[in-house]
Amino acid sequence: MSRITQTMAALRAAQRKVLIPYLVAGDPDKGTTLGLMHALVAAGADIIELGIPFSDPSSDGTVIQQGAERALREGTTLHDVMDIVRQFRAHDAHTPIVLMGYLNPIEIMGYEAFASAAQAVGADGVLIVDMPAYECEELFDSVRPRGLDTVFLVAPTTTQARLASICASSTGYLYYVSLKGVTGAAITDKGDIKSKIEHLRTMTDLPVVVGFGIKDATSAVDMASISDGVIVGSALVDAISRLPRGGVATQDHLTAAVSVIASIRSAIDNIK
Amino acid sequence: MAERLTAHFGGAKIVLKREDLNHTGAHKINNTIGQALLAKFMGKPRIIAETGAGQHGVASATIAARLGLQCDVYMGAEDIQRQSANVYRMKLMGARVIAVESGSRTLKDALNEALRDWATNVDNTYYIIGTAAGPHPYPRMVRDFQSVIGREARQQSMEQFGRLPDALVACVGGGSNAIGLFHPFLHDAEVSMYGVEAGGDGLETGRHAAPLSAGRPGVLHGNRTYLMTDAAGQIMETHSVSAGLDYPGVGPEHSWLKDIGRVNYVAATDTEALEAFRYLCRMEGIIPALESSHAISYGCKLASQLPKDRIVVINLSGRGDKDIHTVAGIDGIHI
Repeated sequence: MSRITQTMAALRAAQRKVLIPYLVAGDPDKGTTLGLMHALVAAGADIIELGIPFSDPSSDGTVIQQGAERALREGTTLHDVMDIVRQFRAHDAHTPIVLMGYLNPIEIMGYEAFASAAQAVGADGVLIVDMPAYECEELFDSVRPRGLDTVFLVAPTTTQARLASICASSTGYLYYVSLKGVTGAAITDKGDIKSKIEHLRTMTDLPVVVGFGIKDATSAVDMASISDGVIVGSALVDAISRLPRGGVATQDHLTAAVSVIASIRSAIDNIK
Repeated sequence: MAERLTAHFGGAKIVLKREDLNHTGAHKINNTIGQALLAKFMGKPRIIAETGAGQHGVASATIAARLGLQCDVYMGAEDIQRQSANVYRMKLMGARVIAVESGSRTLKDALNEALRDWATNVDNTYYIIGTAAGPHPYPRMVRDFQSVIGREARQQSMEQFGRLPDALVACVGGGSNAIGLFHPFLHDAEVSMYGVEAGGDGLETGRHAAPLSAGRPGVLHGNRTYLMTDAAGQIMETHSVSAGLDYPGVGPEHSWLKDIGRVNYVAATDTEALEAFRYLCRMEGIIPALESSHAISYGCKLASQLPKDRIVVINLSGRGDKDIHTVAGIDGIHI
């Protein structure tokens, strides 16, 4: 059983919601990312989605675009992302890491090299935003034998046929995108999300986690109460954007940056 | 037929396919009419477009005005500076031009921003991609709408010369005018084809926009194709005197045509394109777009090496009125 599946099973048994923060690797620098990841776990994160910075993040809003730009200015490469995971894993054997990003850096590294590096450093899953499930056969041949989970996005506009292909290809959890748009936008139609998730439940037993547009305790409770949990990206990356650069961030800075995650943790733990 | 150009180069007959004579001054309108009619058919009241040189933006704004659709055009802040006349044309026709400040502030970033808008406003918005790239079915759809270029070239060649041409030459940025010219001839083995990329300062300098000549396969904007990508998989900035060729990818069908060897992909530098721009002005009285000048440069070189009984068709994909400020600037003249 994968680390993600174990984590999800334990949360389900305890009737708790999963909390998954997203941050961009190398934003504002590699050392600070590592410190932030440990701070996130201390703040109550169950799984961490670690963003692979890309020059053309076409599904992301301004906040995460700028996070990627900061990381790229630091020269962060996919090899550096792997190195951050390796260092994190040396001190945390428990918290699953999902590598999230766009296809081109992985394509250029090569699927085999990517999958073997991800396994070697102790990553747990892969989420490639711009890779449709039905194009993944070759990628699966590399990542599946190495025990990496494959997470996919389901959008409000996803067709039934596409949904079936995504459910068949997903392991670990399903990432339900709460809105039509990009990361950091505002959720407008809660009723529609609820009915879409209920429909997803008829197609898969995987946990359904909601992301996009969850920016505070209120929106997190709204979404977590109709799903298995929430993913929080832009609100965290926005806080990270205010950290001091150059590896001088103190523990107090890091704790302050992840305070949005701590407050969401306590809010979703109180959902009856 | 370009008689003085042909006489000057002393080889094959040089024939120009005059897409510059289209309304709005380039081949771009072939595609926007098709897609805007589709938008209308689908009941979408709003269209969006990305643009580099502004030609596709102008063509989108034009058809939007004609069909009564709302039109927003994304354009890199850098390109807005160098193509101010086209920005004003779009505004005259009622379009809103939105400056894109992210990334390299050029065409690829405008495409990213248009994709973001489309994902957000998909219920009421149709996205008209201007080139034969992007996610399926755009490459195919744009090719089919632009294939009118090749069908006409074929018919005109039969009428004027009683046979097919020996060679076709077109510039390639995203590659819509080239795929439009080439596609109806792909099964005619006797017709050779040349796609001319933007060589910028020269392929050896790395400052160019020639993914087929000097890039590698990767994935961008929903398609797998030759790209300008660095060793870490980041998309590189491109360099060309012509804003319309300043794109780090290329339509995926061109990548396939390169791999199977059906089309030869070559590059013309900024200097070569500017030289071709000048001699077309002087010898034929036609001011070509800087994009098309890349095709003219290579096409004339090719014609000079072929016997006189051969026919070389060069796609004059657009007119150069939009570029006179750029060329004057290079000459040190402020107009």
